[in-house]
Amino acid sequence: MNFDLTDDRQMLQDSLRRYLADKYPVEHRNKVAYAEPFHDDAKWAELSELGTLFALAPEDAGGMGGAGFDISVVFEELGRVICPEPVLGALMASRLMTAAGADQEALLSGATKYAVGLGELDAPYDLDGIATVAKGGKLSGRKSLVYGGQAADVFLIAAKDGDALAVYEVQASDVSVTGYGLMDGAGAAEVVLEDAPGKLLLADAGAAIEDAVNAGIVALCSEAVGAMDVLHKMTVEYLGQRKQFGRPIGTFQVLQHRAVDMLTEIEQSRSIVIKAAAELGGPDASRYCSMAKNLIGRAGRLVAEEAIQMHGGIAMTWEYPGSHYAKRIIMIDAQLGDTDYHLSRVAAAA
Amino acid sequence: MDLNFTPEEEAFRQEVRDFFAENLPDDIRDAVKNGGELTKEIMERYHAILNKKGWLATTWPEEFGGPGWGPVERHIFDEESCAAYAPRIVPFGLSMLGPVLQKFGSKEQQDYYLPRILNGDDWWCQGYSEPGAGSDLASLKTRAVRDGDEWVINGQKTWTTLGQHADWIFCLVRTDPDVKQQEGISFILVDMKTPGVEVRPIKLIEGGHEVNEVFFTDVRVPYKNLVGEENKGWTIAKYLLTHERTGIAGVGFSMLELEEVKALAKKITRNGKPLSEDPLFAARVAQAEIDLEAMKLTNLRMLFTAQKQGAPGPETSILKIKGTVINQELKDLRRRALGPSAAPFPGSLSGSNLDVAPEGHANNAARYFNNRKTSIFGGSNEIQRNILTKTMLGL
Repeated sequence: MNFDLTDDRQMLQDSLRRYLADKYPVEHRNKVAYAEPFHDDAKWAELSELGTLFALAPEDAGGMGGAGFDISVVFEELGRVICPEPVLGALMASRLMTAAGADQEALLSGATKYAVGLGELDAPYDLDGIATVAKGGKLSGRKSLVYGGQAADVFLIAAKDGDALAVYEVQASDVSVTGYGLMDGAGAAEVVLEDAPGKLLLADAGAAIEDAVNAGIVALCSEAVGAMDVLHKMTVEYLGQRKQFGRPIGTFQVLQHRAVDMLTEIEQSRSIVIKAAAELGGPDASRYCSMAKNLIGRAGRLVAEEAIQMHGGIAMTWEYPGSHYAKRIIMIDAQLGDTDYHLSRVAAAA
Repeated sequence: MDLNFTPEEEAFRQEVRDFFAENLPDDIRDAVKNGGELTKEIMERYHAILNKKGWLATTWPEEFGGPGWGPVERHIFDEESCAAYAPRIVPFGLSMLGPVLQKFGSKEQQDYYLPRILNGDDWWCQGYSEPGAGSDLASLKTRAVRDGDEWVINGQKTWTTLGQHADWIFCLVRTDPDVKQQEGISFILVDMKTPGVEVRPIKLIEGGHEVNEVFFTDVRVPYKNLVGEENKGWTIAKYLLTHERTGIAGVGFSMLELEEVKALAKKITRNGKPLSEDPLFAARVAQAEIDLEAMKLTNLRMLFTAQKQGAPGPETSILKIKGTVINQELKDLRRRALGPSAAPFPGSLSGSNLDVAPEGHANNAARYFNNRKTSIFGGSNEIQRNILTKTMLGL
C-alpha cells in the first residue's frame, strides 16, 4: 500500500502545475474560454509540447503512460486552473484508437484535434439509446453536446451498424458542425451526419467505448477534485479575510463547520477517484467509475453551492474567479453520466 | 500509488482469519450477529482467547506484552475480527489506560497494572464526562484534594460505559481550582471498592444498560495513584483522545452492516417482490455503499500517512465524522427494511413462534437507536469539526 505518486508522475504533476499556473491564469482562461474558438490554440500547442497528451496513452500505443493514475494526475492539474483545452476528447479518442491498434501519433503530438461523439439528444449517457446509424461506411444521425467538437479536426462517432455498436472516424469537413460556447467555459458542437463518409475504426466497439467512457470519467472526476480543492481554499481564505459584525466571518462556527464538511467531501472524492483510477482497465472498472461519478456529482454540488453561499454576493459576479470554478464543478455532472444515472447503475448491479 | 497490501500483510490477514475461524466460540459469534447482550462473562472469555494468542492489546508494543503491530496490522486485525463477528475489544484498559501508563506511568504502575489488564484481573472504566462537562470536558468539577499521602475525591462522573462491571476507574479530577481550567486537572486511578464510590445505572434510549453514573463521596485513595505529574492530566487526556484513531472510522463494522442490509433486503417482500428490487431502496443502499467505498480508501490513506509519520494526524477527525454518519445511515436502512417488524420491543416475541423479524434482525430498531451515540461520544462530531477548523482550515 502506497499513496505517494511515483517519481515520474510527480514530475509530470510538477511541470504541469508550473506551466498552467504561469500560462493559464484565470484572467486568460476566462478570456479564451468564453469566446470563439473557446480554447487557446497556442496554449494547446504548448501543452502538447510538454507531453501532456503522451501521458494519456500506453507505451505500446506510442504514449508514455495511459494508466488511471496518469490520467488523474493530468486532469487534476487541468481542473486546478479550469483549463478549457479539449484534452478530454483526446483522451477518449486515444482509448478507442489504442483498442483498435490505430496509429495515434498525430493525436498525441497535438497536431490533430479529436472529439468523440457518443451521446445524443434523447440518449445523452446511455449507449443503448444511440440512434445514429452506419450503413456501408456512411453515417447518419446527430451527435449532441460533443465536447471539444467546435475545435475538432476529426470525430470518432459511435453508430449502430446492424446490431453492433461501431466506431467510425469522420473528418470534420464531411459533417455539419455547429460549434458553441458553454455556460462553464470551453466549447462543444452539434454534429449532424447525413450519409457522411466514415472510416471504420472498431466494428464491435461496446467494450472499447465502455473503457473510453470509464477513462473519461476518471478524467472528469480528477478535474473536479482539482477544481474543488482550489475553490475550497479560496473559500477558506475568504472566510479569514471578510469582516462583518466587526470580525472575520470565519470566526462564526456555522460557517466553520460547513467549510469542514466541504473538506470531508473533497477527501472522500479524492479517495473514490483513486479507487476508480486503480481499477481502470480491469473487470470492475465500470462499477467503480460509476461510484466515483456519483459521489463526485454529490460532493461537487455541495462544494460549489456552499462556496457561492459562503462568499455571498461576490461569488454571484462574473469578475470573481470562484464563480467560474463553481460553474465548472456543477456542469461536470452533466458529462458522461450524472449523479442519478450512475447511482442507478450501482444500484442495479448490487 | 499502490492499493494492494504486501504479500506479508496478506499472509497476516489469512492468519487472523484462520485464527477467528478456529477459536471464536459459536455462542459469542451469535451474540454479536444477533445484537444480543455481550455479558461480562462473554467479554472476559473473549479477551482470554485473544490474550492466549498474544493479540489482546492490539496497540501495545512488545516490551509491554503487546504484539507490536503497526497501523496496517491493526487495521487488518480490525477488519477480520469484524468479518468474523467477533466483539469489539473493551477499550478502557487495553487501548486507553494501557497506552497512558506506558507513556506517563511510573515503572511501578506499569509493572503492577499492565499485566493485570492483559490477564483480565482488572476491568477498567473511564471517569471523564460529568453532568456539566461533556464536550467542554476541561470544565470538569470532580475535586481531588491532597491529604497527607492520600487523595480525597468528591464529585460525580457520568456516561461511564460498563462501569457496572468495573474494578477500577481512571478519572480526570480537578486538583487546582485557581488556575486556567486545563492546568488544574490530574489523572488518578480509583479502586471501585473504595468506600464512598457508588455506581448507579443509566437506562438508555433503547432500554439497555451499558452506561452509569459514578458518585464519589469523600473517597480516599493513595497519593501514588496519580498518573504522571500533578495538574498535568489534560495532557494525558488529549493523548488518550488522539492515541488510537486508526479504527475510528469503523469501516469493518460498516462493511458487515452493508452485507446485512443487502441480505435482509432480499428476504423482505414488498409489493410482491424482494425489497432489494425496489429502486428507491436500492438507490439508498447504493449511495451508502459508495460512501463506504470512499471511506475505505480515506481510511487507508490516513493509515498510510500515520504509518509514514509515526502518528495519526488531525485529519483523522474526518474518519470519525464520516465513519459514524455512514454507519448510522446503514443502521437506519436496516431498521427501515423491516418496516413495522422492527417495532416489537427486543425479546418480547422470543419463545413464541410468531417472531416477525428474520433471524438476527429482531433488535434492528434497538441497534439503530443505540447507535445514535456514536456521533456524540469520543468527541462529538461537532467537536471534531472544531478540531478540523483549527488544524486543517487554520480558521
